[in-house]
Amino acid sequence: MIKDVLRSRPALLLLAMAAVASLTFAQGSAQSSNDIGTQSDHLHHYYYAESARVPEKARERQNPLASDPDAVAAGGKLFEQHCAECHGHNAEGSRKAPALCAEAVQQATDGTLFWILTNGVVRRGMPVWSKLPEAERWQIVRFLKSLNASQERAKPHLDTRTR
Amino acid sequence: MAAKNCACLCREHWSRHQGKIAFRGWLAAHVLLLVALLVCPGSAQESPYIVTYDHYLEEPGNLEVEYFSTFGTQRGGNDFHAYWVEFEYGATAWWTTELYLDGQTTFGDSTVFTGFRWENRIRPLQREHFVNPVLYIEYEQISEADKIIKEVEGHDVESDHAEPNADARRGHNHELEFKLLLSKNFRGWNVAVNPLATKNLLPSNPWEFGYAIGVSRPLALKASAERCSLCLENFVAGVEMYGGLGDTQSFGLHETSHYLAPAVAWNLPSGWTLRFSPGFGLNDNSHRLLLRWGLSREFSGVGEKVSRLLGGRQ
Repeated sequence: MIKDVLRSRPALLLLAMAAVASLTFAQGSAQSSNDIGTQSDHLHHYYYAESARVPEKARERQNPLASDPDAVAAGGKLFEQHCAECHGHNAEGSRKAPALCAEAVQQATDGTLFWILTNGVVRRGMPVWSKLPEAERWQIVRFLKSLNASQERAKPHLDTRTR
Repeated sequence: MAAKNCACLCREHWSRHQGKIAFRGWLAAHVLLLVALLVCPGSAQESPYIVTYDHYLEEPGNLEVEYFSTFGTQRGGNDFHAYWVEFEYGATAWWTTELYLDGQTTFGDSTVFTGFRWENRIRPLQREHFVNPVLYIEYEQISEADKIIKEVEGHDVESDHAEPNADARRGHNHELEFKLLLSKNFRGWNVAVNPLATKNLLPSNPWEFGYAIGVSRPLALKASAERCSLCLENFVAGVEMYGGLGDTQSFGLHETSHYLAPAVAWNLPSGWTLRFSPGFGLNDNSHRLLLRWGLSREFSGVGEKVSRLLGGRQ
């Protein structure tokens, strides 16, 4: 009977296929993120390795808000609104995204973090954040660089070779 | 006489059929709303556009539930209030899929469910570029009583909507719609251009064309240190213009309608977004006024929660 319904309603079939496909993607990402051990290390490694792809010119960019006294607080607010959902409220990382208080992030230049924030890591689920105005992205960078590296929970390999 | 009886029976059958579709739509909407309410609100940083699309997709695993209303004036008929509910889900960081359920009330006439749309947006490029393209494909199964005017295409004109609902809802459209969403952000400004092509799946119908263009900017480019609802950074203002460009048989501006619509979005820290946009017809074929507003909320982690419910590994 279900077959008959699907035959007579191709749109229903298409919708059902779409729902299954999107949930399969979601489940795939949930599964990969749920294996905290090896999978998590791999995930962190992948994200941190992204910094090796940042063009030299972008890497050297200076934060124009480096001396803005409110930038850290504003960046913290923006982080809570847009980033904490995946990276954790204290940037400690989660099964979905790596820790941002990790040494690899703290050692990265402001320009590197700004570039990654702007371009995302789309293949691994981090969206592009260029929809935030440039100044707000620099505020987030200020906040990230203010985090204490000792909060690091994950211990990523700092090998930044690309795959 | 037999033909008349047949017409009556068909109308009755069609009415029952529409009723079933309306009920299913209502049920689906409520199930999805229930799922949405069980998860956490997510962040919102929405553009003010109602017709135009920029190149930003839904964050992966997040569900955005949106409600939009359009009040339209109608010469040669009754004014109307059209509305749609939209469920926008980020399947991945490069693929967003959406389901729309449409309806409308024509004053002095009736309220009808007018159909559904299933939309997909795919981002082919992994990084930001000088111009960022997104591919858009939509399947829609709507009746001719649909008045949400989410896009204007071909020779769509105001008089198309003057027909009484009882007559208009008999006609059904199965359409595929393709758009190329081009968008760029520069110094806080967003510029988006969306050319579109639509094909009614009946072979005799021509391809129809249209466009939407939008420009917007947040009222403040720097965030304040305090959490606030009324800060300028939470408001994004812009303007969009959209209209039809004829079809393969008569391409151009002849017998087409066009609109100019200032728009503003208010992104609240709680995850809600409010949009408001009065649209003004630019020629005699256009509705004089399309007053639109919308309310949306983003919910995070929906995909993960649903996959757990369906037995995904913990």
